Amino acid sequence: MAVDNVDVLVEDVVKPENLVYRRPSTLLDVELHYCPGCGHSTVHKIFMEVVEEMGIQNDIIGVAPVGCAVFAYNYMDVDMQQAAHGRACAVATGIKRMLPDKFVFTYQGDGDLAAIGGNETLHAANRGENFLVIFINNAVYGMTSGQMAPTTIEGMVTTTSPYGRDPKTMGWPLKFGELIAPLPGVAYVTRQAVNTVQNVRRTKKALQRALEYQKMGLGFCLVEIVSNCPSNWKMTPIESNNYVQNVLIPYYPLGDIKVPEVKK
Amino acid sequence: MGEVKLMKGNEALAEAAIRAGVDAYFGYPITPQSEVIEYLSREATKRTGMVVLQAESEVAAINMIYGAAGCGKKAMTTSSSPGISLMQEGLSYIASAELPCLLANINRGGPGLGTIQPAQGDYFQAVKGGGHGDYRLLVLAPYNVQEMADFVKLGFELAFKYRNPVMILADGALGQMMEKVELPPQEQRVHIEYPWATTGKPKNGERRVITSLHIQPEKMEEINLRLQRKYKQMQEEEVRYQTKNLDDAEYIFTAFGLVSRIAMKAMDLGRQRGYKIGWIRPITLFPFPTKIFAEVAQRVKGILDIEMNSGQMVEDVKLAVSGATRVEFYGRMGGVVPTPEEILENFEKMFIKGE
Repeated sequence: MAVDNVDVLVEDVVKPENLVYRRPSTLLDVELHYCPGCGHSTVHKIFMEVVEEMGIQNDIIGVAPVGCAVFAYNYMDVDMQQAAHGRACAVATGIKRMLPDKFVFTYQGDGDLAAIGGNETLHAANRGENFLVIFINNAVYGMTSGQMAPTTIEGMVTTTSPYGRDPKTMGWPLKFGELIAPLPGVAYVTRQAVNTVQNVRRTKKALQRALEYQKMGLGFCLVEIVSNCPSNWKMTPIESNNYVQNVLIPYYPLGDIKVPEVKK
Repeated sequence: MGEVKLMKGNEALAEAAIRAGVDAYFGYPITPQSEVIEYLSREATKRTGMVVLQAESEVAAINMIYGAAGCGKKAMTTSSSPGISLMQEGLSYIASAELPCLLANINRGGPGLGTIQPAQGDYFQAVKGGGHGDYRLLVLAPYNVQEMADFVKLGFELAFKYRNPVMILADGALGQMMEKVELPPQEQRVHIEYPWATTGKPKNGERRVITSLHIQPEKMEEINLRLQRKYKQMQEEEVRYQTKNLDDAEYIFTAFGLVSRIAMKAMDLGRQRGYKIGWIRPITLFPFPTKIFAEVAQRVKGILDIEMNSGQMVEDVKLAVSGATRVEFYGRMGGVVPTPEEILENFEKMFIKGE
């Protein structure tokens, strides 16, 4: 019978020696709500891989934002709090000040972190709060379907900049990483992307480094990830990844913006 | 008898917080309550290790409370009217996520930037929710410096019993004036592991999620029903009030907080003139002491409600009385404190000369 044949075929193929991909144990086995091709899914996976590899699943508390990642707690198998829009860094401050020996992170989009939460992010950075901020910058409001973000680049069309962002009336795209990097409380600022395999690997390394710095108590760490939004950009996933490469990254260049001096 | 000191209301509240073993205070300076954060900055950390942090705004402060309360810690803040307005978003989230915390509003005159003088214009905001959505704070109204201290411990007990924010609603005068206060003994700060608190996923258990987001309407209604059951339980178990001279009373003076003391004096003056006046002071503003008003309404000629606002608690008094007796209101606004004489004069105008 056909069904039996499939069973045999599956058993033949699914063997430990043939394993090329495994969902990290720290990521719950549920369907993600993110759109096909969205960078959020990739970042969730690699961050949870880092948590698994560092063995800190029971020692980390996350803060989910308002935005597309509001349901991050449905996927990340760690203790989490969901914050009001923009307030993740204030919530994380409350958590970290109460539990200084635990790892704490926030996971925020551009509107959450840089617009409505700009003040909370800035002051948490300035106090040198010892936690990690994962900053997904896709230059658009995703959850509310495509309005202009503080990071929307000049000329970019969104539903609230239908003729393209005009800096004369709408302001310039905000480079939040560069803004806070000079603050003494800030330990580590880096900008990465997840549009290519190589960039995914680099992002994962950056996330791991940030958690190591947190363990050393070095202060505020910001890992900005330039990401895509195929649905609201009205592109296929591949087109959107090309847009990240050819349009966004030239404005938001990848690499470390500030790195702490660590005594070996 | 415990240690007795002469203290400002704000300082007594701060000292009581240290002695109650509070874990964290997050706040932002605003007159007339900045003594709280000043006192705690000076005293708290060195004595108990309590975290005291001056936030960048009241918006940030209340969200720091959310984070700390979500770890099962005793976290509190204080502010005054404009600052409390900024906290309403956070309070709605805290109430919905069912986190315990304590805050105090040292009410000043409004609206807007208003004045720094005492007022009670934030009654509605305190007892009817304040932020968006169907929720309530449990509201305690102290009337002297002793209660400014006593309600800290009581406030945390209630906050943790119901996993709900508790507000001490005082006014600028109670914060600023000095009185004798008997201080409670020092309690140790203790870490309690609550099953709901995010302290790191248990090795042999489920992860904990603190959220107020429930996209499915049926689920969100379920949360609302749970909250409403909780508020009903508060109405059954937590009503507190104080009365005087109810036995022979033909009239009732009612007021909360500082004004209740002025009303008490007005009652005494009135009794000297032969008016049989009784006195009711609601201590919990939510849950409101509805039953005692409903009871006395059956046998008195009228109730005079006195407030430092345009008439807010009087609506709850009228609801409680439900037309069974006449309810009048006298109030001053904008930071003006009424005198016993003017209260009595207005009582006579409304209830005696008009009869």
